Amino acid sequence: MIDFVFGHYAYWFTIILLAIGLYGMLIKDNLVKKTIGLSIFQTGVILFFVSVATKWNATVPVKSDEFPVTEVANYMNPLPHTLMLTAIVVGVATLGVAFALLITIYNRYETLNEQELLEKIQ
Amino acid sequence: MIGSDIPALIPITFLAFAILIPLLGLWKRHLSYYWAVLGTAIATAFSALGFYNYVTGTETIRYFFGGWEPPIGIEFVYDGLSGFIVLVINAIALFVLIHSRMIGKTEFPGKVTGYYSVAMLLMLGFNGMVLTGDLFNLYVFLEISSLASYALIGIGEKRAPYAAFRYLIIGTVGGSLYLLGVGFLYTITGTLNIIDMTAMLPEVISNSAVITALVLMVAGIGVKAALFPLHGWLPDSYTYASSTSSALIAPIGTKVAAYVLLRVVLYLFGVDIIDTAIPITEIIGVLAGVGILYGSIMAIAQSELKKMLAYSSVSQIGYIIMGISLANPFGFIGAVLHVLNHALMKACLFLVAGNLRLKEGHSDITKFDESYRKKYPWTMLAFTTAALSMVGLPPLAGFFSKWYLALGTIENGSWLLLAVILLSSLLNAVYFFRILEKVYLRNPESDEDKAGILSSLRSNEVKPSMLWTTSVIAVGILAVGLLNAFIVSAIVTMFPAGL
Repeated sequence: MIDFVFGHYAYWFTIILLAIGLYGMLIKDNLVKKTIGLSIFQTGVILFFVSVATKWNATVPVKSDEFPVTEVANYMNPLPHTLMLTAIVVGVATLGVAFALLITIYNRYETLNEQELLEKIQ
Repeated sequence: MIGSDIPALIPITFLAFAILIPLLGLWKRHLSYYWAVLGTAIATAFSALGFYNYVTGTETIRYFFGGWEPPIGIEFVYDGLSGFIVLVINAIALFVLIHSRMIGKTEFPGKVTGYYSVAMLLMLGFNGMVLTGDLFNLYVFLEISSLASYALIGIGEKRAPYAAFRYLIIGTVGGSLYLLGVGFLYTITGTLNIIDMTAMLPEVISNSAVITALVLMVAGIGVKAALFPLHGWLPDSYTYASSTSSALIAPIGTKVAAYVLLRVVLYLFGVDIIDTAIPITEIIGVLAGVGILYGSIMAIAQSELKKMLAYSSVSQIGYIIMGISLANPFGFIGAVLHVLNHALMKACLFLVAGNLRLKEGHSDITKFDESYRKKYPWTMLAFTTAALSMVGLPPLAGFFSKWYLALGTIENGSWLLLAVILLSSLLNAVYFFRILEKVYLRNPESDEDKAGILSSLRSNEVKPSMLWTTSVIAVGILAVGLLNAFIVSAIVTMFPAGL
């Protein structure tokens, strides 16, 4: 049991981050806080990819004479990390679009509070 | 030879024009519209050529980017199904963009350069999603198309940015869930290539991580496809976006997501192993059935044409997903055929809504009256064609996809789903006929004043660029219905293995 909990600690952090992100998006009234929740949610997914690619006592994936390439345990798996570079870029673009929309919403309604916004829309 | 490069040429055309339009916009801004139409026309020509090659030669093209063979490199797979979908979405986009000239001048003046550039990015994302043979690459294209659609929806009425923001939050969570599912599959199989993974999945299908991945991916794509409980973003987004945005995103966006669902369920996992641990096809079948009824009933309750069409989209996407969930040949034919039919019908209906908004300034059903049949004879004729097709009257296109879906439910013995299809046709009839009744069936001769007004009215149709595109799509609905035997014989060659 203890092994299970501590052996998978990276996954627990992923789950916690996903939960915090969902909480922010569902419960918080302020639209900026919702956006922050969204960003935390995406970071949870990124953490998952990075943590599954990690190996103990392995080196960077650059071919070296000291470590034979036939021993895959010697090298980190670079693919998930590079995938996450793309995912981070996607996340940044999403934040950019979200803030652009928030600026437009604020200019039109002069509030970013969801309750006030819904009242003004009606 | 150009034939083998077509999978790469289609997205690259859109990418090139997405970059060219802002640059050329610095020189002459009003030309942006023509560049966008030109770009889409070139891409449509490539897709038509590719599909012609497929029909005459029936060869699958696998295009390796940079010459790196999969599973190391990324590949685009141009088989019958992806070629068909690419042709449908590009042709629809071409008509919608031709139609958009006057709407651009009235609904987003001064923003045309940015608008058309983003529209090209949207089409790049959709084409990439359809063509790619790599799961992570699919996520990237999914996000490109999503980000572009948030921007396009945000350009619209006063409430549009808030609708777009809600879509952004929900859509990004959907995209992240899909990515998480891809991560689970990658940790188990060590590959991201769809063909490669299909070969490995039967050995690991009982692994709980694979099952979790399947559920996460279906949920993530379900958000994008507006599968019933995940459709919350759709009605507001389609209603408050500008007419061109909704005509561009409504027929294409959810279809592409449904196509991805079809790829994941019937190709990546395959009919044989998809239901090993949990009955996922039954679950999405039930959700689709509930969505069909819910969308139809909510559509009846709407008094705004675009909102009614948006709820109708929720219902129609249910047909496609139901066809996927049946996992038999008739269901597959019905789903693929309905992608084409619904794309045509929804494009036509949203273009009619755009025409009315341009001329009348609103598309409020309660204000429709018999003068419309005098003022907009051709627009209302196109509307009637599409509406009758939605209801499912032969020989219009909508009848045939419902027919194949009904055959599929009978083959599976899902009598409840058959009842849903029939009932929803009746509900469709209710919400379309109340408009047709207002426009055509009132008899003004009994009231002399009204008859006088009506006979004095002149035709006040929209510009040819808008009228022709609407009419051509309406004729297309009829043509697809009449030529449906040829289309079905092409679809039959696309069956996934094991069906």
